[in-house]
Amino acid sequence: MPTLPLISHRDPDSIVAWRADGAVTRRRFLSDVAQLAARFPAGAHLLNLCRDRYRFSTGLAAGIVSGKLSLLPSTHTPGVVRQIRDFAPDVFCLTDSDTDTVDLPRLRYPDLDAEQPHTAAVPQIARQQPVAVVFTSGSSGVPLPHAKTWGALVGCVQSEAGQLGLLQRQPCSLIGTVPPQHMYGFESTVLMAWHNGFALGHAQPFYPADICASLAAVPAPRVLVSSPVHLRALLESGLAIPEIATVVCATAPLSMQLAQEIENRCNAPLMEIYGSTETGQIATRRTAHTAQWQLFPGITFEREGERMRACGGHVETASTLGDVIEPAGDGQFLLLGRITDMINIAGKRHSLASLNHLLNTIPGVADGAFYMPDDVDSAHGAAPERVRRLAACVAAPGLSAADVLGALRQHIDPVFLPRPLLFVDALPRNSTGKLPREALQALFRNRNTRLTHD
Amino acid sequence: MHDNPLSTGTGAASLQREVAALMIESLNLEVEVDEIAPDSPLFGEGLGLDSIDVLEVALVVSKRYGLQLRADSADNQHIFSSLRTLCDYIAAHRTC
Repeated sequence: MPTLPLISHRDPDSIVAWRADGAVTRRRFLSDVAQLAARFPAGAHLLNLCRDRYRFSTGLAAGIVSGKLSLLPSTHTPGVVRQIRDFAPDVFCLTDSDTDTVDLPRLRYPDLDAEQPHTAAVPQIARQQPVAVVFTSGSSGVPLPHAKTWGALVGCVQSEAGQLGLLQRQPCSLIGTVPPQHMYGFESTVLMAWHNGFALGHAQPFYPADICASLAAVPAPRVLVSSPVHLRALLESGLAIPEIATVVCATAPLSMQLAQEIENRCNAPLMEIYGSTETGQIATRRTAHTAQWQLFPGITFEREGERMRACGGHVETASTLGDVIEPAGDGQFLLLGRITDMINIAGKRHSLASLNHLLNTIPGVADGAFYMPDDVDSAHGAAPERVRRLAACVAAPGLSAADVLGALRQHIDPVFLPRPLLFVDALPRNSTGKLPREALQALFRNRNTRLTHD
Repeated sequence: MHDNPLSTGTGAASLQREVAALMIESLNLEVEVDEIAPDSPLFGEGLGLDSIDVLEVALVVSKRYGLQLRADSADNQHIFSSLRTLCDYIAAHRTC
C-alpha cells in the first residue's frame, strides 16, 4: 500500500515547531505525538480545539497515527456541536483551555514528558487513509461532510510551497494569524510545515503588536499566513514589521491596492490563495501584480454548463466550483464573482439558504429572511477589506431582538448575526410568495421601520 | 489634551463615555452611549461584538490613545470583556 511519512523533516534534530520556550525537534515532536496518542480514548473521531498551534498539530498527528478522524466544522456553537455528535456519536474533544464549554467528552491536553526518548522512525501513513473531515453549511442547515485523505492533503501542500516560491529558501518559519481548525490554516500553517521541512510557530497572534512579536520570536526566513482583515489592521497600526520573506493571504478578496501597500511595507511578495472546502487550495496569484490566478500543477478545469469543475492533481473527486471562472489559457483564469448563495464574511462562509432556514425554525418567528446589502463601498472603489454585515428582517410578534439573536447564536458564528435586525408586521413577499431583492432593499432603505419590537 | 491619565471615579466615567462613543462611531452601532453599561459584556448577549469588531476598535483605540493592545494570555478577548475592562486597560497604557 503506498504510504507517505507523517512529516518530511529528514533529521531527528530538524526543527518542526517554535514554542515560547524554544525549538521543538522532530525527535521531541514524535515523542509528544506517541505520548498523546497513548492517552486518547477509544472513540474514532476527534474534535481538536487546541488554540496553541503546536498542541493542535500534535493532536492531529496523534489522531492520524492512531487511525482517528479529525473533524473540522466551521464553528463550535452549541448547535453545531450537537450536529457533530449526531454525525459521530463517539467523538471526543481535545482542548488546551479551561474556558471551552463544548458539550462533549473532553481530553485536557496533558503535560508531556520532554525527556521521554523516541527512537522509532517517522510513522508512514497510507495515502488512502482518511485523516480529516471538513464541513460546509448545507442549505438544509445540516453541515455536509467532506473527507480528506492523507495523499490528497500532502499533495496539496507540496504543490502549495512550490507555488508560493518557498522551496528555494532555507526552511521557513510559519506564523499564522488564522486558526488551524479551518481549511486554510490547516493546510498553510500546519500541513505545509510538516511536508516541506518548515517550522510552525505555536502562537495565533491577534492584535498587530502580537503579530510583530510572534514574527520576531522565530528565525528568518519568515512566512506570514494571514487574512485581509488582519493584514489591514497590521498595515494601519503603523508598527515596524520584522523582516518577512513572503506574505500569504486567503479567506476573502484582497484588493490590488492593499496588496501593493502590504508588499511595500513588508518588502516581500504577497501571494493570495484560491481554493474551496471541497478541493482544498488550487491556485495562487501575486495580487499586487496581476488579477489572474495560476492553477497548481496538474489541476485543470472542466466546463459543466455555466460552471467549472476542478479536477486532477491533488483533487481526488472532481468538484464544481461556486465561482464564475473565466479561463485565460496556460492554467490561468479570472474570478468574476460567486454563483452560489454562499455568504463570505471575513473569511467565514455560510449558505444564505441555510441561514434563512435557521431563522425560520426559531419558535415564534412567523417569517424571516437574511439580506446581504450591496457592496456600496466597493462599487465606489474603496477596499473590500471593510467587512460587510448581513441584515435580516423578521415577522415575529412576541419575540424581542435578544430572543431572536440568542436563538441564532446557538447555531451560527457571531459574524453572521444580522445588523440590523428589523421587525416587521409582514415580509414584502409578492403574490407568488417570493421575496424580491428590490423589496428587501427598499425595506432596509426605509429605516423608519421600528428597530426593536415594542 | 489628555496629559493626565484619568484615575478618579469621574475620570473613569468620562473615559468610558468617550470610548463608548468611539466604539459606536467605528462600528456603526445602533445604540446610544448611555445604553452601553460599563459592566455588561461586549460579546455575546451583551453588545454582540465579535473578533472582527475587536480588531476595528483596537485600531481606533490605538490611534486615539497611543497604545498597542496585546493579548498576553490565550484569551485575546479579555480586554474587551466589558467597557470597564477596556477602559481600565486604556487608562493603564495610554500615552496620549
